[in-house]
Order: sequence, then structure tokens, then C-alpha cells
Amino acid sequence: MSDREAIFKRLSASLIQVGEKAALPEYEAELLVARPRLNDAGLWENFARNFAAVNGKPMKLVTEVVSFLKSESVHYGYCDPALSDRFEPALNEIGVEVVSAYDKGKYEDYQFGITQAAGAIAETGTVVLTDTLTSDRLGALTPWIHIAVLPEAALVETLGEAIASFEANETNIIWATGPSKTADIEGILIEGVHGPGEQVCLLDNG
Amino acid sequence: MANAIEQYAKNLSEVTREAVRKSGALTTGQRVEILHKDFDDPDEIRRLASKIKQHTIDHLDRYLEQAEASLVKSGAKVHFASDAESARQRVLDILQQNQVDRVVKSKSMATEEIHLNPFLEKHGIETVETDLGEFIIQIDEDTPSHIVRPIIHKKREEVAESFQRHGLGDYNTDPETITRRARVHLREKYMQSGAGITGGNFVSSESGRIVLVTNEGNARFSMAPNKVHIAVIGIEKVVPRDRDLAVFLNLLARSATAQQLTVYTQFIKGPRMPAQPSGPEQMHVVFLDNGRSQILGESCREILRCIRCGACQNVCPVYRHASGHAYRAVYGGPIGAVLSPLLGGKAAFPEYADLPKASSLCGACREVCPVDIPIPEMLLKLRHKAKKQNVPTPGAFPMAPYATLATSPAAWRTAMTAARAMNYLPMKLAPIKPLRDWLGDRTLPKWRGGEFRHWLKTRKGGSADV
Repeated sequence: MSDREAIFKRLSASLIQVGEKAALPEYEAELLVARPRLNDAGLWENFARNFAAVNGKPMKLVTEVVSFLKSESVHYGYCDPALSDRFEPALNEIGVEVVSAYDKGKYEDYQFGITQAAGAIAETGTVVLTDTLTSDRLGALTPWIHIAVLPEAALVETLGEAIASFEANETNIIWATGPSKTADIEGILIEGVHGPGEQVCLLDNG
Repeated sequence: MANAIEQYAKNLSEVTREAVRKSGALTTGQRVEILHKDFDDPDEIRRLASKIKQHTIDHLDRYLEQAEASLVKSGAKVHFASDAESARQRVLDILQQNQVDRVVKSKSMATEEIHLNPFLEKHGIETVETDLGEFIIQIDEDTPSHIVRPIIHKKREEVAESFQRHGLGDYNTDPETITRRARVHLREKYMQSGAGITGGNFVSSESGRIVLVTNEGNARFSMAPNKVHIAVIGIEKVVPRDRDLAVFLNLLARSATAQQLTVYTQFIKGPRMPAQPSGPEQMHVVFLDNGRSQILGESCREILRCIRCGACQNVCPVYRHASGHAYRAVYGGPIGAVLSPLLGGKAAFPEYADLPKASSLCGACREVCPVDIPIPEMLLKLRHKAKKQNVPTPGAFPMAPYATLATSPAAWRTAMTAARAMNYLPMKLAPIKPLRDWLGDRTLPKWRGGEFRHWLKTRKGGSADV
């Protein structure tokens, strides 16, 4: 007998022992919404506040991103080819080189990565990334700074709505709620463990 | 408290005890705070989560089959493993078929449970833990002492020494420096490996999406540069639908670390998308039974609702006093006291049969459990089971004779009544001189052993046999 057959056989034998089986409960999505995290200020404002609360950096203008990168003294980074036109000229102007093909062999060299966000969640301050819209997983993951460019229409209010809007075929969805962090050593919070130490989200309303 | 655990606690350094106690108390407080700040009635969500999970395990055959079908449909390969040995072999086979000799792992209790790392190493496969805590555990040849915070028992000085010993820089106790060094060292490992091994927090049967949560980003990194992804997941991790994931995600991070969400929450149901240049070309899911299907038919089946948040460990007075290693098993604390004697079936039971005794039955674990598992009731059931199976009582004098009496109602009754003879013995005949002298000018209260039992028995609706 294969392990599969053996497991299903044991499951059936055990489930016969279960007298009354629990029914799947009905519930309203609203029960799961952390309402105090949302107010009337608007989707972006709610997102920006909650994202900042987990040490994310919400930004509304390309110039903001450029001056942030300048303040971080970067000189080399990766950018999704579909977004190059928006960032490359301004970055070149301040002496920053931008490449739009990620070379795995040079993973240590990229100081920032700019890719598209598939969405964002206002309630939790979460940026949504998918395989379909991320030009290269490594470009969004290995650099110290990740800039996610979010189309305004892709912003949703609640965690439940974000799950409801999963694309059926998408095999890889990542929610990033702030920069990478750990508290493994004596409970002390350190940001930038394996993923980005700075998580930026730029609102794209153009 | 069970004797072995008490003994361990006695020898535990005060520094460690204080670290475990402080972390437990802090997280317990923050957990309550965030749940009540965000929700009017968090208990309602807890009860809902409990019902959904109970429904799922009551129909586990159906949901597991559905999860398998969904995963296969989206391009994943699904394997089943009856026990730890079979699971280890499945993983090894996949790695060997792909000529992989280096793997990176993100934190997974299931792979701890099957002792995967030493097995792979024995077969010549370099296996690197990438969660910072687990990495430190690995280089120290230690074992995790908490489900969520594996090195809760270590001080930064010990970590600094380990890093120095392993050539990861000179002695430095600054947590940020230690973290940066691990970042640099582990990046190289991710990039040079051929496969990434992860666990899985939930599996949606409806879509096949496996949910993986990490704060550090190590599960993302274990997958992004690798061609093969293997997820080892307990069969009880399934939930019916994607929308149900919202219920559990709202509870998991709040219960575990008092966060609204863990930093990275990944939903994976197959290999990378065709246009994506980085990421696994193969996704394998190994569904692990290892005693779970057996537990399902027994009296502690509700334990299969567990989502491994560690809240019961943080709140437990025994865990805080003794630390996780006192439980000798992969899972410590209240959850471990139930799970450890059950996983691995009949043969493994006697080894951990004393763990359910390591509890004062204060009930705090049930109150914090996000899926409302009646842990105290289960501890009683398992104590009863150990007694029925005549598992020898551990320990030495005076606990052993006490334990014998306390676990046998008949002997207890006899002893209680027989001791009344003391009331009629002249105290000047006491066998030890200092005791005789002490009793010379004192009167002992009368031995009244057995009166409570008598009262309970004659009380309306009561029974001394409960």
C-alpha cells in the first residue's frame, strides 16, 4: 500500500469514530476587519498611516523617491524595464546607475530595486507583490532598499478584500508589511535581516 | 509538576529562567493589548477559528484530497508520508533526482519533528537553516526551545561566542552586528543552493495556496534563487477556502508576536509564473501524517486545530519556570505536553507520558489559544491514559511513593483511612528522637484524611469517582 492510500485509510477509520461532525460556520467578512485602523481620510491616507506604523515609507512623488535614494548615498540599482522611463533620467542626473536586467552573479551590487506592486492593503499597511507583476523576484528581494510602485486603483481597504481579489492563476503572491525584521536575539528588534531593510511604496496616480 | 521537568527547572540558570519568563510575560500582555485594540470581541474570532478548524479536521479526508487536487492542477507535485522516516526519504529522493547537494531551509516545526537536517547531512547534503534563531541553533548543535522564538533561552554573549567560533567575525555582542553578519553569510548560502525547503502555516483546499509567514524574509529568499521548492506540511494544516485564511491570519501573528501581520505572508500554489525569471521550476509538497490520522480518531483530536503560535507557551507558568527544553521533545509547553506523547503513535507514548503531569491545570493556555483548544482537559485525559497503560511513574523519593498514591484512587483511599491510626498512637513513641522531643510539648491536629472525599460523595450531585 502506498503512503497515500495508508493515510486516507487511517483517516477514514478515525473519522468513523467522530460522532457529531462540526459544521462549517457562516460569518460576515466585517467581523474580521480591524476598524480602528481605518478612518474616513481616504484609502491612501489610511494605507500610508498603517504602512508608516510598521516602518514602511509611503511616498507620493518620484522626486521624493529620488531624494530618498540620494540621502541613502546609493550609486547602483535595479529597475523593472517597464518603469525605467520614469526613474532612470532623474537617477542618472544625480549620478546613480540603473540597470533593467538582474544579474544573479552580482546580487551584492544592487543597492536598491524598483518593481511594480500588484496591490496594497490600507487596513494593514501591506504591499502586495505577485510573480506576474514583479519583473524579477530577486530584484525586489536582495537590495537593501525596495521601491514598490503602486497603481492607485490596485489599493484595497481590507485584508479580506485582498484575499478575495487574488488572481485565480497567480502561483506566487507576497504580502510585505514593512521591512524585513527579527527579534530573535533577546527580543531586540532589528530591521533588514534577509529581505529589504527599507520598504518604500510609491503611489502611482498617473 | 512532573519530576523530570522539576529537576530540569532546578538546574536551569537564573539568567535563562528570567529571559524566558520576561519574554513570555511581555508577549502575553502585548497579545491581549493588540487583540482588544483592533477588535470589539476578539473572542468571537477565536471561537470562529476554532469552529472552522474543527470542521476541517472532522472532514479531513475530503479537504486533504481537495488540497491535493488543487495543487496538482496548478503545477505542484504532491507526496504523502506516513511517518517521519518516509517524509525524510521523500525529501531526499526529490533532492537526489535533481542532483542537489546544498539546500537552504526556512523555519519549520514539521521538519524539526522529522529530524530532517541530520538525515540530509548524513546523505552528503549541506543543509543550512536560514531563520536567524534557527541558524544559531544549528551552529550550536542545540534544539529550539520555543515554537516562535527558538533561541529564547540564549543570551547575546553566547551568540557572539558562537559566531566567533564559526568564523563569522570577531567577538561582538551587538544584535545588529550579529544580524548583519548572518545576512551576508546566509545570502551566499541561498545563492549557492539548489533547493529551498519550507514548512507551511496553512493550506487552502479550495485553491491549493500554501501560506508561509516569516518576519525575516527567509522563506522568500529560500525560494527566489532556487530551482526546487519543497514544502513539508502536516496534513492537519488544511483549511476549506481562501476566505478562511483571513480568520487565521488575523489571529496568528497577534497571538504569536503581537503583530497584526507577520512581515511576509506568502501564498504559493505552484512553480513560478512562466514570465518570471527567478523562482522554483518545481514545487513539491510533502504531506506528513506521523501520527496525526491516529490522533484524529482519539479523545484529544481537537489538538489538531493547533496553528503553532506559541501563545500557550508564553502564558504557561510551568513553561516560564522550566523553559522549553525541560519538555525534552520538539514541542514544549502546554501544546507540547499534549502533542509530544501523541505524535509518533503508541510506541512513543511512554517516553513522554509524564509531560501531561507538568501542569497545574490553571487553564491559562486555553484562554489564550487562538483556536480554543481545551488543553487542560486533554492533559487530564492523557494522565488517565498513562495510568491505564501502567506507564511507570518517574522519579525518586519522596515524589515516587506520593505519585503512586496520587495516581491510584484505591491506594489513596486506603492510605487516607489507615493514617487515622496516628490519632490513637501516643506521640512519645515517635520513632525519631528529634521528632519525639518536638512532639513532647506540642499537640498535632487530628488526621482527617478522606473527609473531603466523604463530603463530596454525600453531597447532592457529587461523586468521589470523578
